[in-house]
Amino acid sequence: MTEAIFEPVIGRYLRLDLLGEPHRLYIEEAGQGIPLLCLHTAGSDSRQYRALLNDAELLKEYRVIAFDLPWHGKTSPPPGWQNREYKLTSQAYTDIIMTVCEALGLDQPVVMGCSIGGRIVLHLALEHASHFRAIIGLQSGAHVEPYYDLQWLHRPDVQGGETCAGIVSGLVGPAAPDDGRWETLWHYMQGGPGIFKGDLHFYTVDGDIRDRVAEINTELCPVYLLSGDYDYSCTADDTRALGRLIKGTEITIMPGVGHFPMSEDPDGFLQYLWPVLEKIRHAEARP
Amino acid sequence: MQDPQRLPERVNGDGWLVHRGRFVDTTFLLEVGDQGYLIRILDGRVESVRPGPFVMARWSFAIRVQEEAWAEYCQPYPKPGYHDILAMVKFKTLKLEGDQHPLMANLLYFKDVLVKLRETI
Repeated sequence: MTEAIFEPVIGRYLRLDLLGEPHRLYIEEAGQGIPLLCLHTAGSDSRQYRALLNDAELLKEYRVIAFDLPWHGKTSPPPGWQNREYKLTSQAYTDIIMTVCEALGLDQPVVMGCSIGGRIVLHLALEHASHFRAIIGLQSGAHVEPYYDLQWLHRPDVQGGETCAGIVSGLVGPAAPDDGRWETLWHYMQGGPGIFKGDLHFYTVDGDIRDRVAEINTELCPVYLLSGDYDYSCTADDTRALGRLIKGTEITIMPGVGHFPMSEDPDGFLQYLWPVLEKIRHAEARP
Repeated sequence: MQDPQRLPERVNGDGWLVHRGRFVDTTFLLEVGDQGYLIRILDGRVESVRPGPFVMARWSFAIRVQEEAWAEYCQPYPKPGYHDILAMVKFKTLKLEGDQHPLMANLLYFKDVLVKLRETI
C-alpha cells in the first residue's frame, strides 16, 4: 500500500461576518512563529502562496497564512450575489483583512500582498500601522491607469476564464518555469465571472493612494517592496517611484520576474524574500 | 525578425495550437511600420498571409506596431515591455483596432500565433 503524503498545509473554513454578511472564509496555514499573512492578486486565490506554505525553512520561523477573499477560490460570495455587481473597494478590502486578523487573534503579523494586495498593504501601513510588524508589497504601486478595455474581462460572448488568463499571460516573467507559469494562469481561468474586473475597480479607480503614500511612517511600520522587472501592470519604475515617496522603504527589483513572483517562480522568489524575512525577524520588537 | 509569410508553416505544423484555434475564422491585419500583412485564419490554420499594399482591404481587427518595437518583440528574449502585445499596448508601441472580439475571445491562441514569429535561440 502506498503511504499517503500530506503537505504541512491545513485548509479550514472560518465562519465570520464580513461587511455585515455571513461568510465561510477559506484559509490555509502552515508553520509556527511570526504570523505572515499573505494576500493574493486580483482575480486569483490563495493557491498563489502554495510554495511558501510548503517551504520547510520558512515554516520554522513563520506561521504562513493565506485566505481566499470573498468571491474568490473556495470562499463563496455572500447570499444574494446573483443580483449584484462585485466591486472591491479600499474600505471593504481593509475591513476584511482587519476582521480576519482579529478573528485569528494575530499578534503583530507581517502582511504581504501582491498587486491589489501590494496596494492594500500601503493602505494598512497608513491606517493601521501599529497592528503590523512590517508590510511587504509585491508588485506594489500607488496607482495604475487602465491600459486595456476592462469590459473584455466580463461579457457573456467571451469565455471569461480564458480571456482573463490571456490578459495576464504576458505578466508572467520569462524566467518563470512552465509549471509555475501555467498554474498561475489556471487560477485565473478558474475565477468567477466578473471577479477579476471587480477587483480591478479597487486597483484602477478606488484604491488610488498617490497623494497619501508619503505619509507612511516606516519607523512605525517598516515597508519592503519587491518587484519583478517584466511586470507591465505595476512596473519596476512604479515601485521605484513609490520608494522615493515613502522614506525608509527598502526595494528589491527581481530581474526576469513578472507580476506573480510567489506563484510564477516560487523558488526564485524565495531567494529574494528570505533576506527580507530574516531582517524582519531580527528587528527589535517594538515596545 | 521572422517574415510573417512564414506563419503558415510555423502555425499549421503545431497541431495543438491549431486545435486551440479551431473556432477562429477571421482575417486580421498585422502592420509593422508601413508594411501590412493580411492574415487569413480558418479553423485555427493560417490559410494565407498577403503582404500589402492593398486596395480596399477588409479585416476584423488590426495590430499596428512600430517597426523597432516589433524587432525587439521578435528577439528570443525580448526586453521588458516588448515581450507581449498587451505590454506594447500599455507602452503605446502597438495599437489594437477594429472589431477585437475574435482576438479577445481567443487571446491565448493569437498570442501564441504571434510568438511563432519570434526568433529562436
